[in-house]
Amino acid sequence: MSQYAIEMIEVDKWFGDFQALKGINLTVAPGERVVICGPSGSGKSTVVRCINQLEHHEAGTIRVNGLNVGTEAGSTAAVRAEVGMVFQQFNLFPHLSVMQNLTLGPMKARGLSRTDAEARARKYLDRVRIPEQSDKRPGQLSGGQQQRVAIARSLCMEPKVLLFDEPTSALDPEMISEVLDVMVELAEDGMTMIVVTHEMGFARRVADKMVFMDAGEIVETGPPEQLFDRPHSQRCKKFLSQILQH
Amino acid sequence: MIRTSALLAAILLLTGCASSSTWGWYVINPMTPSGWINVKFLINGMGNTILISLIAAVISIALGLIVALPALAERRWLRILNRIYVELIRSIPLLPMLFWVFYGLPIIFKSMGLNIPIEPFWGAIITLAISDSAFTAEIFRGGIQSIARGQTEAAQTVGLNYVQTMRYVIMPQAIRRILPPLANQFIYIVKMSAFASVIGMQELTRRANELVVTEYRPLEIYSLLILEYLVLVLIISAGVRWLERKMGSDERV
Repeated sequence: MSQYAIEMIEVDKWFGDFQALKGINLTVAPGERVVICGPSGSGKSTVVRCINQLEHHEAGTIRVNGLNVGTEAGSTAAVRAEVGMVFQQFNLFPHLSVMQNLTLGPMKARGLSRTDAEARARKYLDRVRIPEQSDKRPGQLSGGQQQRVAIARSLCMEPKVLLFDEPTSALDPEMISEVLDVMVELAEDGMTMIVVTHEMGFARRVADKMVFMDAGEIVETGPPEQLFDRPHSQRCKKFLSQILQH
Repeated sequence: MIRTSALLAAILLLTGCASSSTWGWYVINPMTPSGWINVKFLINGMGNTILISLIAAVISIALGLIVALPALAERRWLRILNRIYVELIRSIPLLPMLFWVFYGLPIIFKSMGLNIPIEPFWGAIITLAISDSAFTAEIFRGGIQSIARGQTEAAQTVGLNYVQTMRYVIMPQAIRRILPPLANQFIYIVKMSAFASVIGMQELTRRANELVVTEYRPLEIYSLLILEYLVLVLIISAGVRWLERKMGSDERV
């Protein structure tokens, strides 16, 4: 067993002629909260999408709980069982009720009975503070509620690691905090998290480690205080001054 | 030039009218005993037309889905396989394909040492189903591709495999977009089943042709034939509308 929840070693990823990731090295310890920031197109989403193999990396090694991702037969399914994902666009299933959204994975992929799956779903709906919406369709909920349902859906698979790909970028401003509050609680409960976000307040509050990416490279890594207050690189300084000035 | 051709057309039209005798609707007048016998003879083809179309449609839908799935695959050779099938099959006119299946397949079977006769019934069904499957495949492909990629990704991240993703996430959403063009295609099959008459299948058109030979009243008999297809198609349309409403009612997004 590896000491790391996630380990990325010299990972390269190409989209055609465009190199999206250039020699990414990143380790995440169990219980660690990592926030990835950087300008758009810098490859931060691609990093999390490679971890659960929504994108396949071309070179390098990715290990999740010691399991080699994408090389060993059947590893993708095994990795996805350990890693949950929350998307920018929520990606809830619009034709299913909130309850069905939450029970589909546990019932079909894990073989839970309906009773068990629904009990689990209610537990996590409680946790994201929308227990009363379980019979509604996603389309009847606000964006903030939808994203909290999406978080609950990931939690229903009881993952060891949770990936967030810009979870608040598609939300109206007044709904961002309700989602961030849920994420802060998860962090306080010891969930291992990798969060791609521009919410610097959240990053400062929960991140154990900040990663700044630009042009497919990790430019700077360190605790939030260091990145925010004493960034080494010019690129990081410039980026932070741009997003923090208003 | 235009004036000459218009004149020519007018003359043709007029002489055409003049040379034809008066209408003879009595051949299909259900009030007279002989007319009623004729009408019953014509309508009796309905059963086979419906049966051929229905079985062909079911096979075509199943085959279409099987053909469509490789088109959505990541592997290039699978997509090429789909392209070859679709382009080849949908470019073959129905009539030559029908002859090929009905007369050609038994010869191929025989050369393989098999003695499988192709009856008109199955010859018609096989031809209609294969010919139509290229079109249903494209309908499925379009419908499935219209569902956002994020849906597949979300299904994968909650552990669903390919079949489960299709079954529980993609197809239930795609079906509403697939259904209307699929109904269109079914109506097309019903009409194209008329070609089965040339290999001796006793369906609506064959019946009409046979009656024309004995009664010499093509216009009246084919008028009734058109009416028969119209009724069939209207019934299908009503059924599809009902189905669409039923499916639409439980989805608000």
